[in-house]
Amino acid sequence: MSEPVTMMAAPMRLDYVFTPGVAQGKNMHGLERGVFIGQRCPKCKKVYTLSRGSCPTDGVPTDEIVELSNTGTVTTYCVVNVPFAGQSIELPYICAQILLDGANLSFMGLIQEIPAGEIRMGLRVEAVWVPPDELGPTMASVKYFRPNGEPDAAFETYKEYL
Amino acid sequence: MSGFPALTSGHRPVGVVSFAQHDNVRRDGEHNDVEMLLPVIAEVFGNVGITKDDVGFICSGSTDYLVGGPFSFVGALDAVGVWPPRAESHVEMDGAWALYEAWVLLQEGEIDSALVYSFGRSSPGNLSEILALQLDPYYMAPLWPDPCSLAALQAQALIDTGRASEADFAAVAARARRSALGNPKAQLAYDRSPEELLREDYEVAPLRRHALPPLTDGCAAIVLAAGDRAYELCERPAFITGIDHRVETHALGARDLTRSASTTLAGQKAGVGKAGVDVAELHAPFAHQELILVDALGLADDVEVSPSGGALAANPIMSAGLIRIGEASTRIWSGLADRAVAHATSGPCLQQNLVCVLEGV
Repeated sequence: MSEPVTMMAAPMRLDYVFTPGVAQGKNMHGLERGVFIGQRCPKCKKVYTLSRGSCPTDGVPTDEIVELSNTGTVTTYCVVNVPFAGQSIELPYICAQILLDGANLSFMGLIQEIPAGEIRMGLRVEAVWVPPDELGPTMASVKYFRPNGEPDAAFETYKEYL
Repeated sequence: MSGFPALTSGHRPVGVVSFAQHDNVRRDGEHNDVEMLLPVIAEVFGNVGITKDDVGFICSGSTDYLVGGPFSFVGALDAVGVWPPRAESHVEMDGAWALYEAWVLLQEGEIDSALVYSFGRSSPGNLSEILALQLDPYYMAPLWPDPCSLAALQAQALIDTGRASEADFAAVAARARRSALGNPKAQLAYDRSPEELLREDYEVAPLRRHALPPLTDGCAAIVLAAGDRAYELCERPAFITGIDHRVETHALGARDLTRSASTTLAGQKAGVGKAGVDVAELHAPFAHQELILVDALGLADDVEVSPSGGALAANPIMSAGLIRIGEASTRIWSGLADRAVAHATSGPCLQQNLVCVLEGV
């Protein structure tokens, strides 16, 4: 009698075509030029970075396009010390929420050119982009953020965005 | 105020008071899910002059497998705007089941209205492969059977019983696509005779192209309101007098594919046979499935079936069932019908079925 089957492998893979939509398309074309794009809600006037095209508070289209600054503030952060599969950055490294100047929504970015022990809330940073001929419609166009030398931002300026 | 109809399901009259659907298209490569939903949500509220702040509950139906990204239903909430925080829920199913959840909550009496919406696209991935993954993971899914092939097995089994023929499938498709000529949201509409359709080649025997649904990107939304609130928002609400859903085993070989036992049971629980039916909007993606559903629900010959063209005219995945409820409701609102049946299906070969009876006073 043959051995009972105790395990079976059923490999699965699905491929997709991603539709960024009008709003994310504008963001991606901005990244292609080395510029962050925000979109302003006509109702609450908040500016969303990497918007999907709608104000998540008011549920209305964010049609107004705003070019955002290349500088921002670290609102909060995490120092990564744990190795994981597919890791491409040397440990330890810093992951931070960055609030660009003029934006009302932060997003996650990599912080470099500062020792992990010196990262702090309120740190002022600037985006470092890949060389112009490598820019593309992707967040990979942003190599990382680094301190820009300005004094730390006061907590009051970003306390709403934690 | 005209009073309320007698209820088979529940104790509190809940009516469909507004309905909106996106244009049904083969591929919307321009807009993301949120951008597709925005105008539909605005329309469904605008129809009855309310805003997101006026509904007590939000429930959506969708599945992440369609776009290949996690938590797409959370992202989709951006199309509604959920601040201050809202009572919200989601089902990984057609929006008809989201409507069921909202109906249950409305029965409890704490809220008077709810928004139900659904969204999904057939275009980002390979739908045949994606739908294979809803099959049982040991015996069926590893074979990657596509939905058309499974439906063809069902159609052949139906032919083998002697109860239907390929000509009957063609007659269903011809009528549905002709009806769809009057539906501005239809994706596929034409006036062709069954004889002409029977000259098409087989896609998967015994199903020819006409017996298959179109591949559709779309979304839809409905507003439900209970009791007096329904009359505040709508002159003649389509009250849900009966609603029920039943599921059969996922083992296709253990089912009689030529009958829909779950539809029959849901139809009985929803009280379909308690009185005459003027119109039935049936979610039958494949032509032969309409024959099985009419039989399962015991619909009389004079019932108008799927005047919108049904899922053969547009089959936006995750929304085609909810749209049946919306289409049936529009006929109550306009007075074209007094008593309508709406049906939604999910899973391969009509595995799971929801039946809803709608009545106007």
